[in-house]
Amino acid sequence: MAHGIDGDRLVTEIPRLRRYARALTRDGQAADDLVQDCLERAWRKGHHWEAGTDLCAWLFTVMHNLYVNGLRRRRPDTHPIGHAEFADPRSQSQEAGLQVRDLEQALGLLPPEQQEVLLLVCLEEMTYEQVASVTGVPIGTVMSRLHRARERMRRFMSGEESPPGQPVVRRVK
Amino acid sequence: MIHERPGPEIEEIHGYVDGQLGPEARRRVAERLAREPHAQDQVDAYAAMRDGLKALYDPVALEPIPPRLLARPHRRPWLRPIGALAASLALLVTGGFIGMRLERGRLTPIAGTPSVVREAAMAYAVYTPDLRHPVEIPGEQEQHLVNWLTKRMGAQLRAPQLANLGFHLVGGRLLSSDDGPGALLMYENGQGRRVVLYACHNEERDRGTTFRFAQEEGVSVFHWLEGPLSYALAGEVDRAELLAIAESVYQQLRA
Repeated sequence: MAHGIDGDRLVTEIPRLRRYARALTRDGQAADDLVQDCLERAWRKGHHWEAGTDLCAWLFTVMHNLYVNGLRRRRPDTHPIGHAEFADPRSQSQEAGLQVRDLEQALGLLPPEQQEVLLLVCLEEMTYEQVASVTGVPIGTVMSRLHRARERMRRFMSGEESPPGQPVVRRVK
Repeated sequence: MIHERPGPEIEEIHGYVDGQLGPEARRRVAERLAREPHAQDQVDAYAAMRDGLKALYDPVALEPIPPRLLARPHRRPWLRPIGALAASLALLVTGGFIGMRLERGRLTPIAGTPSVVREAAMAYAVYTPDLRHPVEIPGEQEQHLVNWLTKRMGAQLRAPQLANLGFHLVGGRLLSSDDGPGALLMYENGQGRRVVLYACHNEERDRGTTFRFAQEEGVSVFHWLEGPLSYALAGEVDRAELLAIAESVYQQLRA
């Protein structure tokens, strides 16, 4: 095979890549664009992946680099809020739905590098070492970003900190 | 901006929530949680956040995969605009560069941002995000590229070999600098990280070779003077990795 990459194995990783991309971009179209770029690169650069090593980690590293490059292209508008084309998978009560929606909004207010660490840990269940490798930073930076992300989200969710430009709305339990 | 690493006790709380502790540390944290309600609140909040994120996004992994992602990709015209040039520049300039002079192990801050750094950073910000047309002449035509840039620059240019550091030549292009023509060579590694080597005419010819470092918002630039040209190597890679590349480039260009 001309490429080091096995197409069937690549396909099995797509659902995870889509999930992560959707959480990062919170936009169905942008997420699949990112995944498509990642897959194209994987096809073209597959010979750089060493057979036997973790294909998933390699793909996430490729996607991280594309995402970071894309941010540079889009700045300063790096906080897309809302979710166009987002089939709402939730059937909870209105209150629970509202909280999940708040969570998504709070996520969008974090700096991109904190979003990445939080999502790789919570959603992709990577070890801190894997996150450090994917994002190309030391593990101490991973821990610092994770802690700041969680504490900031916690303050948003509890209403202690209001998103920029919005009044504080305190939910009464 | 440097953020300190949280203390070990706080890191253990995260490790506990994420299931990344050994049995002993896990027991230690569990005992602490029984004693300290605020730590238990923290764990509960973090766990709820994780469960919420999973509830939000796990269903995406169960959706049918769109056909466009299953097709073996063809090259297609790249339509996305390159925006944010000004923003990228502002990003590089706002905090003020912390220039560092690397000479005999001493670190001396330098003032101001040399134009070679600004131009290299700008070229990096503009061209590296472009997947399809990052260069005018591809690396496969290295000899043609080098001859052309040498002719246009009016000074001998060379394309350093960085294969032993995992980077290959993507190609290059001619730019306009404050002092006439500028030459850009772009390199890329197997993971798609790119760095650029930028060269322009050196106004400070008689000041000898210095080797300097500047960084802002994750973009690092090493720059130095060599004969009639100023060189700058820019990339969003770890400083140590960029230094290794810069040293290799520096040695090869001096040889």
